[in-house]
Amino acid sequence: MTAVAENTAADTATERGEMTYSEAIREGLAEAMAADDRVFMLGEDVGVYGGAFGVSGDLVHRFGKDRVRDTPISELGIVGAAVGAALAGMRPIVEIQFSDFTCQAMDQIVNQAAKIHFMLGGAVSVPMVLRTPLGSGTGAAAQHSQSLEAWFAHVPGLKVVMPSTVSEVKGLLLAAIDDPNPVVFLEHKLLYRTKGVVPAGADRVPLGKTVVRREGADLTIVATGVMVNRSLEAAEQLAAEGIEATVVDPVTLTPLDEGPILDAVRRTGRVLLVQEAPGHVGYMGEIAARIAGSSALYSLEAPIKRLCGLDAPMPYAPALESAMVPQLADIVSAARTLATQEA
Amino acid sequence: MTAVREMVDPVPGAAAPHLPAQPDLVQLLTPEGERVEHPEYSLDVTDEELRSLYRDLALVRRWDVEATALQRQGELGIWASLQGQEAAQIGAGRALGEADMAFPTYREHGVAWTRGVDPLDVISLFRGNDLGGWDPVATRFNLYTVVIGAQCLHATGYAMGIQRDTADAAAIAFLGDGATSQGEVNEAFIWAATFDAPVVFFCQNNQYAISVPIERQSKVPLFQRAAGFGFPGVRVDGNDVLAVLAVTRAALARAREGSGPTFIEAFTYRMGAHTTSDDPTRYRLADELEEWKLRDPIARLKAHLSRSGKADAEFFAGVDAEGDELAARIRKGTLEMPDPAGTEMFDHVYAEQTEEIAAQRAAFLAYQEGFEK
Ligand SMILES: Cc1ncc(C[n+]2csc(CCOP(=O)(O)OP(=O)(O)O)c2C)c(N)n1
Ligand SMILES: [Mg+2]
Repeated sequence: MTAVAENTAADTATERGEMTYSEAIREGLAEAMAADDRVFMLGEDVGVYGGAFGVSGDLVHRFGKDRVRDTPISELGIVGAAVGAALAGMRPIVEIQFSDFTCQAMDQIVNQAAKIHFMLGGAVSVPMVLRTPLGSGTGAAAQHSQSLEAWFAHVPGLKVVMPSTVSEVKGLLLAAIDDPNPVVFLEHKLLYRTKGVVPAGADRVPLGKTVVRREGADLTIVATGVMVNRSLEAAEQLAAEGIEATVVDPVTLTPLDEGPILDAVRRTGRVLLVQEAPGHVGYMGEIAARIAGSSALYSLEAPIKRLCGLDAPMPYAPALESAMVPQLADIVSAARTLATQEA
Repeated sequence: MTAVREMVDPVPGAAAPHLPAQPDLVQLLTPEGERVEHPEYSLDVTDEELRSLYRDLALVRRWDVEATALQRQGELGIWASLQGQEAAQIGAGRALGEADMAFPTYREHGVAWTRGVDPLDVISLFRGNDLGGWDPVATRFNLYTVVIGAQCLHATGYAMGIQRDTADAAAIAFLGDGATSQGEVNEAFIWAATFDAPVVFFCQNNQYAISVPIERQSKVPLFQRAAGFGFPGVRVDGNDVLAVLAVTRAALARAREGSGPTFIEAFTYRMGAHTTSDDPTRYRLADELEEWKLRDPIARLKAHLSRSGKADAEFFAGVDAEGDELAARIRKGTLEMPDPAGTEMFDHVYAEQTEEIAAQRAAFLAYQEGFEK
């Protein structure tokens, strides 16, 4: 079936050519900095080194060391300074080298960035973006592989975005930079080298819009981050067996646009929720609750099924690492079982 | 001009504006291999000890070279090279008493060596087989810490335990120059100071935190920071194994006798990449490395030993041969390392197995069997 969101991208493929997810982010960063003096970046090794995952690349040569600022190794300092800068009217873009190290910065993220606008009765805001790579798949072990999106999504005052496509990541970033709220922008490490086309001229991709990436009548798969891509691949395999899946990507975890998810469940009657993070108290628990708490519940022909990471820290060995999180075959198998389950 | 500068100012980069006048740098062996005295730190070493220090330096470098090669050949996931920092690590490690407890970062292979940790037990971590195969209690060498700075608090807490038990021991925390910016590290300094904890903070200032030079971490020489926390700070030539040994011994003795923490800044240089994933030519000049090569920690001890007649060609050939054997053993051991059990991730999530995780484990096994059929 058709891949809905990629249609527009495909039209301009010939004009623009492909680029990687990291290049698309870099293009967004460059455009934002070129357009607005208030936008600047700060993080560890973002300067001449070009970022631990190569995202900032040559930006320091284009915008200078003040606007692409290497910082001391102090994540709390990085976020705290960004909060201060945002309060002063700047538009800081923080890069935390691994999302695991947002732990060091939690006071500034959770108690400060997320609360200041509220506590001061709306008198000031904290328009900052915190970009950070998350997830496993790179053999980086327990303290460099976590998917902590549910932590952030749980905090009122933070917006949380998990872009899964090259075509949208730049537009989402630009929208996040424009946003008057603190936005946590979660980039899955395995996506950095994926290729796609960023539509020419396409500008902002609004936050808070769930995207239906594929339509199929037999079941709905809701997935986030790299699991979206994996679910789309699974859907193609399932199609060859005659099972048609709808794949839905929330994109923005908070605030959640639940409508398209509930509609898809109503249409298909079966739903598989896929995330990389451990299942226990994970983000897909929220999606399950939204479905169960709405009239979509009456359309269900089978219990809601979650396919998540195991409830253990990430092991180092590559074989164990991939066993920890849903792989293509796991999604295919779970979806097949669900689709063929007796009502 | 250069010659004069080198006499008074033997560490390159020392002329950089952020550095203090060099009388602050403790040195017992010049880069040329000449033995010099220091008013506060003296060291009595036998010729035998000097030779064994050389052996340690040479063997850990050989191990490091082999590990780097194994990584390049795809046998290790990553490797963090200690090249250039051998003297700092061997000097500090050899200063430790049996009861002292070390808290390393991810680069302290030289200290591991002095604690009797088998190189293969370190390699297994970088191969992704486990999180370090050694027993931290038996070796008094804690597991590697990759989250920058966290181990400084562990060492401080551990030292407070030593204090409570009135044990004749001290803790030593290893950290990098970059780590000194971390809040946790500064909190460790405060705790150690206010509780007079028997802990030594051993900072290898290798001039870089990945690509970020020391200037971005500190406006003052790192050792001077200690004063603000209320304990002594010493800068030692980190490429001089004798000076490091003397300074670390003194600091540990001070800690053991109840006089509290010391901060040691071992002034050195990371001659290799940050890790095998890094390419240092992106952010530093080749000249700088060339300059530091002249300060090589191993070459200077070798020069001293051979010029003074304390070791002969036969000795050096013997160490080289031992190095080759070690490298061969490391290579063979690495290639033969068994893969971890497929269910290991369920094993130590909690001290006891919980029902939920046991159930996930069972389901996982059943599911895997389903695939095999
Ligand atoms: C809390 C935290 N932030 C960032 C990193 C990523 N990181 C790994 S090593 C490193 C540089 C450390 O520099 P330094 O303390 O000087 O030690 P060196 O590697 O030079 O021995 C950084 C930023 C990390 N591991 N932990
Ligand atoms: Mg360093």
